[in-house]
Amino acid sequence: MPQQIKKLLIVFTIIFGIFFIIKYALKPKSFGEFGHYRGLAIIENENKQVKYVGTEACNDCHDDIVSYKKEGPHVNLQCEVCHGPGYLHIQDPETNKLIIPSKREKCGICHQKNAARSENNITQVNLKEHNVENKCIDCHKAHNPYEFKD
Amino acid sequence: MDPRYESLYEALKNVHGYIYPNEISLTWSILIVEYPYITGLVAGAFILASLNRVFKIKALEPTYIISLLTAFAFLLVATMPLISHLGKPLRFWEIMITPHSTSAMAIFGFVYLWYLMIVLLLEIWFDYRYDFVIWSREKKGVMKYVYKILTLGAMGTSEKDLKWDKKIGYFITVVGIPSAFLLHGYVGFIFGSVKANPWWSSVMMPVIFLFSAMVSGIALVLFVYMGINFIRKKVQNMPTLDSIGKYLFYILIIDFTLESLDQIHRIYEANESFEILSMLVSGKLFFTLGIMQITVGTLIPLLILGFFQFFKPADKIRRIAYFLISIFVLTGVFFMRWNVVIGGQLFSKSLHGFTTYNLGFGGQEGFLMALFWMIIPFGILAFLLWLLPPWKKAVH
Repeated sequence: MPQQIKKLLIVFTIIFGIFFIIKYALKPKSFGEFGHYRGLAIIENENKQVKYVGTEACNDCHDDIVSYKKEGPHVNLQCEVCHGPGYLHIQDPETNKLIIPSKREKCGICHQKNAARSENNITQVNLKEHNVENKCIDCHKAHNPYEFKD
Repeated sequence: MDPRYESLYEALKNVHGYIYPNEISLTWSILIVEYPYITGLVAGAFILASLNRVFKIKALEPTYIISLLTAFAFLLVATMPLISHLGKPLRFWEIMITPHSTSAMAIFGFVYLWYLMIVLLLEIWFDYRYDFVIWSREKKGVMKYVYKILTLGAMGTSEKDLKWDKKIGYFITVVGIPSAFLLHGYVGFIFGSVKANPWWSSVMMPVIFLFSAMVSGIALVLFVYMGINFIRKKVQNMPTLDSIGKYLFYILIIDFTLESLDQIHRIYEANESFEILSMLVSGKLFFTLGIMQITVGTLIPLLILGFFQFFKPADKIRRIAYFLISIFVLTGVFFMRWNVVIGGQLFSKSLHGFTTYNLGFGGQEGFLMALFWMIIPFGILAFLLWLLPPWKKAVH
């Protein structure tokens, strides 16, 4: 065997050796346990704290608002979509207050006119034109928006 | 107004017709244009070197080593635009340690490594091994040891050793030609296999990419060769320039024919995407496709090179023409990649609307970043030419 090949074989063996050591050292231990991903990722995600508690938890104290909301188009909307995650609030309602959104742009997250959004399902309003001077909740009741404030 | 709506209104200004929300801004930017461009330059430059070696074309000999070094310098940078485009660039190596056999991009990593480690590096090493030995004896100081390390301990200089260098080098070249085809054909394949995109999805894509790669690689070698002679204040070797020009002309004809065939096929087939694609070509891509790619990058070089095949104006005129042609062709092929990558994302999958690509100046995916990765290979090439000067190679 010519000396060039011999030397190259040595160099390539070293390179591949280093590659396999690195691959062994860096590949997460649980990789490939269930599929082409880190097996532990499932358990790690399972162990994360659940921050959204759901409408039923709100219903324990605010049953009047929850049942009022059921009468309007926001019936399927979870309370925490507007008020934010409630996991701290249910532990200590006095210290951990939830958000009460009042800005026009908050309603606009869903209701701002957007060609890509179906108008049949969500009412679309052009925030640049519709009653620009006022907040939405100055007229609309947020929990049942087709009813107006006095 | 809330900044979120500000940016929505800003984005909607770029939209014409009906478009799905996730199509407003382009996911693949100028860096993804650059990646097939640079890979193409590598494959093209290498194929020129290989043809030179396999078919022993005397006039091209001065460009042989330059083509190899150019290919190497660009190959080192080829993946960098891709990596800088990633959201988490520092995690790029994960694709190599846990590769997925069904991921086209993961397999590209191995095609790339094969080409870099087995083909290009080895070919250059076998070409230079004898010179490393000589230089390690002649040089003093640190450089002596640098060259010694580069020999990898293979210090033989006998007739037999040289014969082996040549034999194995030749073998690698022969293996290298299909590898270069694979490297760039693969890049075309990645685009050609996106079946949801009518602008990309074509079996012609790998072939078109390959030939435009050869065109751009030859143009780059022409540019680099003339540049090196200019910087070293050497006379341009006209037979070499004419020879490169001749090959550029031939490959450019094939490239142009294949691309035209692809377009004619689309026009004749005129399927449901035809209307939006014809609006794309005559509207948003008019400048980059009609002017830059076809006129500047293809027709003008073809006319001039074709003219040179029958008439030979004075050397000075031909020199200037070749230099300009190399720049024109390089620009044209860059815009070919642009038209594929950016063009393919400008129209909606609904086939009823367009968005706009705004190239930013700075930032992770801006013009400066793209320019940076275009300049770096020339820096690497300059370093390689200093470390491994082809003009100081021993004649053997």
